[in-house]
Parts: sequence; C-alpha cells; structure tokens
Amino acid sequence: MTTVQTDALAKPQRLVDLFEFGLDSPICLTWELTYACNLSCVHCLSSSGRRDPRELTTEECFAVIDELERMQVFYVNIGGGEPTVRPDFWEIVDYATSHHVGVKFSTNGVKLTPERAQQLAKNDYLDIQISLDGATAEVNDYVRGPGSYDTALTAMANLQAAGMKNFKLSVVCTRYNIPQLDEFKAIADRYGAQLRLTRLRPSGRGADSWDELHPRPEQQKQLYDWLVAHGDGVLTGDSFFHLSAYGQALPGLNLCGAGRVVCLIDPIGDVYACPFAIHDEFLAGNVRMPGGFQKVWRESELFLRLRQPQSGGACTSCQFFDTCKGGCMAAKFFTGLPLDGPDPECVQGYGEELLKNAKAKEQLTPKPSVDHSHRTTPPRPREGLGPVRLTLKRRDELAHPPVNACEADPLAGFAAQ
Amino acid sequence: MRPEPFGALLYHFGTRKLSFLKDRRLLAVVRSLDEQPTALAACRDAGVAESELPTFRRALETLRDANMLVGAEAVAA
Repeated sequence: MTTVQTDALAKPQRLVDLFEFGLDSPICLTWELTYACNLSCVHCLSSSGRRDPRELTTEECFAVIDELERMQVFYVNIGGGEPTVRPDFWEIVDYATSHHVGVKFSTNGVKLTPERAQQLAKNDYLDIQISLDGATAEVNDYVRGPGSYDTALTAMANLQAAGMKNFKLSVVCTRYNIPQLDEFKAIADRYGAQLRLTRLRPSGRGADSWDELHPRPEQQKQLYDWLVAHGDGVLTGDSFFHLSAYGQALPGLNLCGAGRVVCLIDPIGDVYACPFAIHDEFLAGNVRMPGGFQKVWRESELFLRLRQPQSGGACTSCQFFDTCKGGCMAAKFFTGLPLDGPDPECVQGYGEELLKNAKAKEQLTPKPSVDHSHRTTPPRPREGLGPVRLTLKRRDELAHPPVNACEADPLAGFAAQ
Repeated sequence: MRPEPFGALLYHFGTRKLSFLKDRRLLAVVRSLDEQPTALAACRDAGVAESELPTFRRALETLRDANMLVGAEAVAA
C-alpha cells in the first residue's frame, strides 16, 4: 500500500497509533472467493483444494459488494483457492469495479489466456497479482507443483502482450528463493510488472512446511537489506514489519492490522481477523448473519477486543517493540507461542529460543480449523491406529462369473417346465 | 473520501494511493474547497486559527502533490 500522510498537521500521535483503535470500515479486505484450486501449494494459507459446497452464491457475492460500497471500502484483495476457477469470477469482478470497489486479485495464471488478458487490460480499477515462488522452475515447482512455473510465466507474457501495465509478480519468501531476489526483480522488469514480496506464514498447510521453508536468520537480514535498498519500488503488503527491529522501519504502516484495518471473508462468508488466521479462535462472524458484514466489522466481540490496547508481554522491555510490536499474531498462534510475546522469527532471536523450549516440552501447536486440501495430497501425519490391512479377493465361485445364464445351463429358462 | 474517528481517509483510484487527514477541520476544508473562493477562505470558514494556517497550507500542498486535489478545470476536462 502506498501512503501519503498529511504530516504537516503535527500531532503527538502517529498514524499507527490511531489505527490501533480500528476504523469504521476496513481500508481493504481479503476475500477468498473459493477453496477450489487447481494446485496444491505446500504452503497454502487456506489449505485450499476442494470447493466448499456452502460457497457464497453469485447473488450473495453481489450483496457483499453492495455492502462494501456502502461502507466505502476502497478495494478488495480477491484470492482463494484459485478465484478464477469460479465460473462467475469475471462477473463478480465487473460487478465490484462498477460499484466503486477496486479489485486486486491473486492468481496462479491458469485462466489468463491471451483473450482474457485483452479484456482485463481495459479495466482501470483492476490490479492483478501473479503468484510465483521461485525464479526458476526447479525452486517454484517444488513448492507450487509441476508445471506451475510455466503457467505463471505464460500468464505474464499474455498480460504484457495485452498492454496490461503494472501488474504484480507476487512472491512468498522462502529459504530457497531468498537467494533469487535479484532474479525475481529481473523477471518482473522483463514483463513490465512490479515485484511484491510477502512473508511465509505457518498458516494452513504452511504449518506443515514452515519448519523446512521459513528463511534462516541470516537470510532474514539479507531480505531486510534488500528491501531497504529497493525501498518503495518493491511492494510488501506491509508483511515484514517484524524485520523493522533490525533498525530502520520499512516503507508502509508497520502494524498488525488484523481486525483493525483489514480482515478476511472466506468462501462461505466467515469473517476472520486476517487472511493468515483461518481458525475458530479468530472467527468474528459470518456475512450471512443478520446485519451482514458491517455488523461483524463494527460490533463483533473479537474485533472490538483486537482494537483494545494490546499488552506487549515479554516484548515490552525490548527497545524495538515500538516498531515491531511483537510481530505477527498468526505466526505466533500457529507455532504455539503466546500472543503477547515475540514473533517466532523475531530478529533478536527471542522467538527461536521460545520455540526450542516449546519443542523440548513437546507442546502441541493448534491445527487450522478448516481444511479443503485435495484428498490426493499427502495427508497430515495422524496419530492413533495405523491403516487396517485387508486382502481383497473374489469369492471362489465367482472366479469366472458366467457371461449369461445359458453358459451355466444350456437349457436355462426351460428347467421349470 | 471517507470520514473516520481520527479525521478521514482518501483513496485515489488512479494512483492507488491512500492519504490520511489527521484533523477533522482539514476534512471540512477539503470538502468545502469547491464552494469557497480560495483555500484560505475555506480554512477561515472551518475555524482554523491564523497561527495554524501555514500548517494547513502544507497539508493541502501535500494533497495537491499526490494528485488528491486537482484544479476544477482539470476535473471538467
């Protein structure tokens, strides 16, 4: 988010301090339109794969947009799942942009044909983010699945050919792709796109892959230095504010906006505090309830609680608390750390220490409440009885089932006479 | 432009930039600009003290530089 502040009106409070008390409407919100997805990325925040039968209908989506227009929500970040696999996706986008709700949508590119790219390039209220998590097919496909690198690059080529300006190349930073930051920038430049880097979070299936994928401490410093060097030219969706504790604050608000300036609407209309917190603990309500989204945003017990001054807990004594604010609530929650303590990736190393202690005590981490993973993806490790072993065979007399009754008895049918 | 408890939020659909007005009086000034003869008159009408005028002027300049405020001719064109 690019922000302009009228700082000339010197006030004792900083904007982030005002925002901590929440806004009448979110600045923007994330709206996952479907849990259906053609891919099975190992770090999927929403554990997507299969469509949920309770998904909001086209008409219900239009009603949500009407409400967002009334509340003057400036734009929605549409995601999924893969939102473009919804047959009514383009209709929903058109409805939003013609009702003064800007749309940014994230896609793996599967439906961005040359024809579609031409149509999209005409819409000024639209931003497109293509997801790519490796600057090479090898690194990307390891996380996002075979063929996904080619799909993304084809989509970018189609958008460029259609004259689409300033679409985003969106990268989740992992242990394997942080050495490729310059290459990502080169790919973005080649297609006339803007690079957007976001943080890997231990949410959804990301909980299962986090230990293997999350950046090593020295890589975090490398990422921070790279972000400082590139400044406003690279977008981050405000996701790396925990890195501010290295010194200089990064561009953006540097604030956990959960329930204060952002939130998530999931495919069945459930409203969560943020896109990284799909768990009952952070469920505020549903847009189908009386009063709709506005009532959830303004009155839900959870959101009102998140807008209270938060205790910094163990972090309060840290000299960087003022900029880092203890980091990401969801990252702490899904790694089993207390919400009023350090982030698991605290650059001062406090989180790592806590994690080690938690592992030593074999503390359980919370699992996502919702899982729509394809059944063909490797299942999570389960406890309890192992598989029940069975031998499947035919009954002996059916070793060679008769083709018809006459094969068994040439006089079949006459026997009774 | 959306009023908020602390002032107002402005979003520019062209530049995708978000601006913040941290004072309710500045919101009143911005709202009345197209009715008032000058920005100075708009400030006085909104009850801005003489000593605060330079601050308000800087705030309005910031908004103009971000293309949030444009001349009426530009709108008509």
